[in-house]
Amino acid sequence: MSEHIVPVRIYVTIFLVLLIGTLLTVWAAFQDFPWQLNTIVALTIAITKATFVVLYFMHVRYSTRLIWVILAAALFWMGILFALTFSDYWTRDWISIGY
Amino acid sequence: MKPIESFEVPPPPKVNYINAKYGLKSWLLTKDHKRIALLYLGSITFFFFIGGIYALMIRLELLTPQGDFMESTTYNKVFTQHGIIMIFFFLIPSIPATLGNFLIPMMIGAKDLAFPRINLLSWYVYMLGGVITIYALLAGGVDTGWTFYTPFSTTFSNSYVVATGLGIFINGFSSILTGLNFIVTIHTMRAPGMTWMRMPLFLWSHYATSLIMVLGTPVIAITILLLAFERVARVGIFDPALGGDPVLFQHLFWFYSHPAVYIMVLPSMGVISELIANFSRKNIFGYSFVAFSSIAIAVFGFLVWGHHLFVTSQSVYAGMIFSFLSFAVAIPSAIKVFNWTATLYKSSISYDTPMLYALGFIGLFTIGGMTGLFLASLAVDVHVSDTYFVVAHFHYIMVGGALMGYLGGLHYWWPKISGRMYPEGWGRFSALVIYVGFNLTFLPQFVAGYLGMPRRYHAYPPEFQVFNVLSSAGASILGFGMLIPAIYFVWSMRYGRHAEPNPWHLPGLEWRTSSPPPTENFEVTPVVTWDAYEFAPREETEVVGKFRPELERI
Amino acid sequence: MASHATTAPETHGHPALQHHFENMEQQREAGTLGMWVFLVTEIMFFGGMFLAYTLYRSMYPAAFASASNHLDITLGTVNTIVLIFSSFTMAMAVYFTQTGKHRPQVLCLIMTLVLGLTFLGIKAKEYSDKYHDHLIPGRLIPGNPYNPVVAEHGDTDPHKLHLLEGATKEKVEMFYWIYFAMTGMHALHMIIGAGLLTYLIIFSLKLRFDPEYHSPVEVIGLYWHFVDIVWIFLFPLLYLLGRHLEHG
Repeated sequence: MSEHIVPVRIYVTIFLVLLIGTLLTVWAAFQDFPWQLNTIVALTIAITKATFVVLYFMHVRYSTRLIWVILAAALFWMGILFALTFSDYWTRDWISIGY
Repeated sequence: MKPIESFEVPPPPKVNYINAKYGLKSWLLTKDHKRIALLYLGSITFFFFIGGIYALMIRLELLTPQGDFMESTTYNKVFTQHGIIMIFFFLIPSIPATLGNFLIPMMIGAKDLAFPRINLLSWYVYMLGGVITIYALLAGGVDTGWTFYTPFSTTFSNSYVVATGLGIFINGFSSILTGLNFIVTIHTMRAPGMTWMRMPLFLWSHYATSLIMVLGTPVIAITILLLAFERVARVGIFDPALGGDPVLFQHLFWFYSHPAVYIMVLPSMGVISELIANFSRKNIFGYSFVAFSSIAIAVFGFLVWGHHLFVTSQSVYAGMIFSFLSFAVAIPSAIKVFNWTATLYKSSISYDTPMLYALGFIGLFTIGGMTGLFLASLAVDVHVSDTYFVVAHFHYIMVGGALMGYLGGLHYWWPKISGRMYPEGWGRFSALVIYVGFNLTFLPQFVAGYLGMPRRYHAYPPEFQVFNVLSSAGASILGFGMLIPAIYFVWSMRYGRHAEPNPWHLPGLEWRTSSPPPTENFEVTPVVTWDAYEFAPREETEVVGKFRPELERI
Repeated sequence: MASHATTAPETHGHPALQHHFENMEQQREAGTLGMWVFLVTEIMFFGGMFLAYTLYRSMYPAAFASASNHLDITLGTVNTIVLIFSSFTMAMAVYFTQTGKHRPQVLCLIMTLVLGLTFLGIKAKEYSDKYHDHLIPGRLIPGNPYNPVVAEHGDTDPHKLHLLEGATKEKVEMFYWIYFAMTGMHALHMIIGAGLLTYLIIFSLKLRFDPEYHSPVEVIGLYWHFVDIVWIFLFPLLYLLGRHLEHG
């Protein structure tokens, strides 16, 4: 299994994408979007930036399936932590138990 | 020609891993996984006895309904420290760090684990955590319960919470490093021909355990740090008076601590798979089911932590989800028990000491697991939560399950580890004493708890005394039973009969090297062409139940 | 993923080949896998704090917005750019090691270290500002307990706390312990990363790495990128959450 060398132009492109993303997220933070969109926009930009770092800077795009599975597992597990904990907090006032 | 016989066992070398190099430095700076396993063996035995002393103190106090042996604050410290030492410094490392470290490279045909220096580091980290915790115990102890519930632990307790927490935090890294090492080793260092489905089930269990170690331990790490932060800085992370939520602490704490119980029992299940298959001379029934149910336990084990929060302000709807999932997590464990018993059916069982422990495990783990289902149902849990029913349940799993597996494995692989046989008669005797003592200790506790005796109380209403007296009597028998192997193992290192490379006549790779093995395990990397439990023809094996006098020395 | 082992032990090979591995390929694979498994533990570690953040932000939205607005957005943005730049130079360092260009490799590593230290310096300035505004939570600093001055309506003093409707000083403290816990833990990881980079620079100068053996560079690169990713999330969640309410 030979090692894949990522060309410099890809690194430069990703770097510029990340810079633009940063400036974009700062700009978007000052716009008053309706409902929860501010948070959604900020998180979407952050997730996109992180994805680019993972895929290209960390070489996951060129890595074995095992690495993909490991990464997916970590994110899934964090998801379990969030999902089941919030299954408690978000359903607490569905039923009144007297306090 | 069967593939097993074609693999020649080399003649025993004069130099093995024990006498390869002498001197304290050669042990304390070793990179050999086998020596590191022995370092761990010594340390965890030490911590086990400390935890055991705390247990005997508890049982002494509970002989009488009044709190006459110690103050309630002292008692709080005693049961807290019993829990912390036993869980973090004995049970969690026990099988993985001793048997796992020793055997995993050998079972996959490798010379060592993937990262030998990280292996040694994990032992030093464990010792550092242990030293800090012992310091905290000696300085005055901690009285919050091993569960460290807030806001008592953050605001009101006057004991050494931060120091103990620091010890546990550091110890957690030992767990993470061990798990990391095992995962990488099993993925990248299997001998040619050793496919995943040819691996002994011991490896599958340890792989699953390592997944839990790696995914769960960091969460308790951050939880302890936040606990310490709150205690030192007096902010309101988990304190309701300052805006925090104590139930958040419990969510974070149990997110790790429930999977932690699977860290404690999965390796033991791996040992039992080995013992059942090898001492009944039969391939494990449903190998792939047992292998995948190890992974299933590891995954499902992360989905059920809310069952520790049924009686808190956790939402009832979340409670229902967690209850359902808790019933589901019993299924893979049950699959294993069914497969083990199916393996025993029409097999050639020999009742050597390791097999006695394995058979004990199956029964006791089943009781422990079924009583877990009682606790998983919401309505029953409201009644028995925080009573001795819970205490009995988890001791059936931890002692009746995990510890039995550990002792069974230790006896089984003792010839490989030390090059000596333990005395078989004493082995069987102590196994029976432990079994009787254990049941006498914990069976009455189910009844006491169901009738309402609360846990963590140093004094109780007189109607519970009979159960407590039975329990304490059992504890002394159990304690006595555990001392016997401690003595004869040490005795055997000097006077035990020398063991041949394969004293039990088994196909595993670890039996294909000498007893004790040379430092590099295998002169030549083996090429595996056989399944995990292919046995030699019946004529060569021992006849069922025949006592083997040649193994006796006394 | 089976190893590519031979039946005879390697008696010769790259000087960096460790005795228990069959060949460099296996060693490299093990090293990379090991770092990824470690990063999994880091994800779960920070995950616990992100959980606490999410919970308390949903409980005290106004307080969190007010507290966030008090953070210096310029310093935060500059820090983000600095860290992204350092991730780029780290990736380039790996590239140059893979292609055997020794001088640019060392320069990139040094750049990464310098940028990382810049980040820490700016962070130190931010922390010092919080100290002066009495925003360090609880009694973490014994002589300077949490005691910010709340601005009156119309007062534009940047050192005073401007509370939005529904926010209280006490709930703002909840934000600040999360802020210090998360950025503090992140900074600790950066300091460790700086140490690792120093090791890499020293050993690169000793010509220890070449296209055949550069696992440490790659693996420490993975660590550095991870620390960058944590900041990519921390920045909007801590610094930007209330900006659209700033003048409302």
